[in-house]
Amino acid sequence: MKQWHIFLAFFRVGILGYGGGPSSIPLVHKEVVERYKWMDSDEFGDILALGNALPGPINTKMAGYIGYRVGGYLGMICAVAATIVPTIILMVILLTSLNAFKDKPWVQGAVKGVVPVVAVMLGTLTWDFVKKSKKSNLGWKWTILLVIVSLIILQGFGLHPAILIFALLLGALLKGGSGKAAKKKEKESA
Amino acid sequence: MIYLHIFLALFIPGILGYGGGPSSIPLIEAEVVDRYHWMTVQEFSEVLAMGNALPGPIATKMAGYIGYSQGGVLGAIVAEFATVAPSLILMIALLSLLMKHKESPRVKNMTTVVRPVIAVLLGVMTYDFIFQAYHDFGIWQMLFIGVVSFILMEKVKVHPAYVIAGALVYGGFFLA
Repeated sequence: MKQWHIFLAFFRVGILGYGGGPSSIPLVHKEVVERYKWMDSDEFGDILALGNALPGPINTKMAGYIGYRVGGYLGMICAVAATIVPTIILMVILLTSLNAFKDKPWVQGAVKGVVPVVAVMLGTLTWDFVKKSKKSNLGWKWTILLVIVSLIILQGFGLHPAILIFALLLGALLKGGSGKAAKKKEKESA
Repeated sequence: MIYLHIFLALFIPGILGYGGGPSSIPLIEAEVVDRYHWMTVQEFSEVLAMGNALPGPIATKMAGYIGYSQGGVLGAIVAEFATVAPSLILMIALLSLLMKHKESPRVKNMTTVVRPVIAVLLGVMTYDFIFQAYHDFGIWQMLFIGVVSFILMEKVKVHPAYVIAGALVYGGFFLA
């Protein structure tokens, strides 16, 4: 049953994600966090962060890891297969038999129509992460500061996100106990 | 030999393409068109256009078709494996290590610190999609679809599947 749910979750993501990888991130969130509650938003955020920091397509990395985390190696295979196989079959059939399909104006129009929906989903998820960040040890001040600084670094200076994410992860790991946030946490757990 | 070439042609874009599927498209083109001459630039852009007209991740759709056209079903499987496996193995190894120590304050710190960056990355993607919609069909259609889908998904709590299906139909009729 679990494997079937994994398959269904990622089948829906694969078949609804128009516009390449990024457009399906909110859909994965919807299925994995909201519908099946396999993990909380924090863990999802970690997976997304690391997925963004590593090379290769983002969907299959997320699908594969979440499948593995929920259902072992079989879950991993189910999730990846559900993500990629249906659309590859469509692709091969359409390219070998119905090549004019993609040039039909209604197909072009339909695909364009989804773009604002994806924007809304991504925008909502963005806001979720800002709110979560505010609620964490960072609070409003540090959240806004970090958002502005990383916006400048990523968009202004064009630094690759992978470098920034790895730097922050490494910083948090090395600084660990001496950080203000960590101290607070350690006190709480002590 | 052809399978080894298929593997190499997609392994390299998979391992070098940072930033998800779309960023690896030029790398796939370099291998498939320039190095192995499996297709012309024209054919490649046709395949890409078809890929963009269909749902699902773009890199794996490209890989699947290229693998299939060069080596049949087995070629498609080899191509997908080369695209997906290397980065997935890395991902599972790193995350498993993290999750093992998830109670450690250092690892918790990592989650906290990285969250605003994720918000920024998602925010930038949001902007890209808004800009693309604005570019494709102007501000009024964009606002109309955006506001209606926001109300449906966030206020009425309709599942995105129906909203996406609705947007496809609307686009097919009114944005064609």
